[in-house]
Amino acid sequence: MAERILMKGNEAIAEAAIRAGCRHYFGYPITPQTEIAAYMAKKMPKIGGVFLQAESEIASINMVYGASAAGMRVMTSSSSPGISLKTEGLSYIAGSDVPALVVNVQRGGPGLGGIQPSQSDYFQAVKGGGHGDYRMIVLAPASVQEMASLTIKGFDLADKYCMTSMILADGTIGQMMEPIVFEDEEPKTYEKPWALTGTECKRPHNIINSLYLKPDELEKKNFERYEKYKLVEENEPMWEEYMMEDAEICVVAFGIASRVAKNAVVAARNEGIKVGLIRPITLWPFPKEAISAAADKVKSFVSVELNMGQMIEDVRLYSQCKKPVALCNRTGGMIPSPDQVLESIHKAEKGEF
Amino acid sequence: MKTTQILIAGFGGQGILFSGKFLAYKGLMEDYQVSWLPSYGPEMRGGTANCNVIISESPVGSPIITTPDVLIAMNTPSLQKYVDTVVSGGQIYVDSSLIDVKVERKDVEAFYIPATQMAKDAGITTLANMIIVGHLLENHPELSFDGTADVVEKLVPPKKAALKELNIKALNMGKDYKN
Repeated sequence: MAERILMKGNEAIAEAAIRAGCRHYFGYPITPQTEIAAYMAKKMPKIGGVFLQAESEIASINMVYGASAAGMRVMTSSSSPGISLKTEGLSYIAGSDVPALVVNVQRGGPGLGGIQPSQSDYFQAVKGGGHGDYRMIVLAPASVQEMASLTIKGFDLADKYCMTSMILADGTIGQMMEPIVFEDEEPKTYEKPWALTGTECKRPHNIINSLYLKPDELEKKNFERYEKYKLVEENEPMWEEYMMEDAEICVVAFGIASRVAKNAVVAARNEGIKVGLIRPITLWPFPKEAISAAADKVKSFVSVELNMGQMIEDVRLYSQCKKPVALCNRTGGMIPSPDQVLESIHKAEKGEF
Repeated sequence: MKTTQILIAGFGGQGILFSGKFLAYKGLMEDYQVSWLPSYGPEMRGGTANCNVIISESPVGSPIITTPDVLIAMNTPSLQKYVDTVVSGGQIYVDSSLIDVKVERKDVEAFYIPATQMAKDAGITTLANMIIVGHLLENHPELSFDGTADVVEKLVPPKKAALKELNIKALNMGKDYKN
């Protein structure tokens, strides 16, 4: 087995991207994700890749759009306010059906907010952000190892479905170090017959575009795109279940919140409370099946989030409001303690909502 | 299931993050599960710094420490801020050349090491942090003092090779210090 090394979450994303065959990085610095850019700046020139610090977030996402149109594996990374700036490009990339990997190491918002960890961009990532009918695959790592594995997975899914994969991390997972193992694996490659690679006068021109002035054409395009999204929803949901077998209370949490929640689940189990955890790994497609199945057997849900309650809407939606859902949250860069989550579990057990 | 949660706190520039990194790597080399979480942002730019290190026999849940088993305090505000968060039966390491208050709690073990003065006298001014870490290792046989040179080798970049010997010297000074 390969050696266990210590690495920051942000660095793990960058190293994994390089191992996945990404040779084009465009970005603009912002705390708490700047280590990604720093790592790329150091490594890319040595392996014949491109690191480019653009003049702005908007420029960098459009460079991603261009490089992707040319068939390259390409990425950008930022943190919350920077992602807001990139949303125009995200919409264009979606409208053009080209792959991209975008990393959001979230910090507190809205506005410039703060620089401490947050999960308050759930709506932005999962429900839209940019204009128009579109979706992104949203992956939520909960460890440094997953920062790497989901980055590789994200590139593969983006290429497979010709759409954006977003890594929705947070300042804690980005900044922390944990042991990580990189297996020696050849990156997967995907045929890209649509790419702008030069016709050499041997084939018709490819055109990458998101402008459709005729409404019937645009409608057709949107319907087609949603057929693709349906496939993603059928095939790609990922989640982890922890102590759910006999659970009567189901805690739902992703990313850093899921780690705090896990401590609380262990503590509650030690008190004899039957509680388990569902950790969505893909936030879109949301693990509907898991939540729906849990709704039929548990008494209640507790949604643990670093925001004012965003994912809780999806927990209610996919549990079809069959059982009450409590919110346990902190926001603005604060993180709930395991004790706070335990208290919410106690309340849920007593039926206090 | 044994888990040790170590909180290291002091001023930016005292090597708070580095000593945490050292302990995390030492834990890794002893085949434990570890996590290292730094404070980041404006507080790092000329204010207080702290770092959370968890060394465990089982996978680490939350990397955020609210009740440390071990506190290393490198300045007075850090000691005052965190002294009451340490678990009963825990340990507190105090740089007594910079902190003149004592730990009043009777349910914790306090170690007073004049690390900054010792480092200054030995001509290794910036390595007070590693003197304390050396003393901590001596009290934590599960982490073992053996192999510290290998960890130093991993963490000190080739450009600063001269610092390797000095780090090892500081660790040994801490190990040999009698409280």
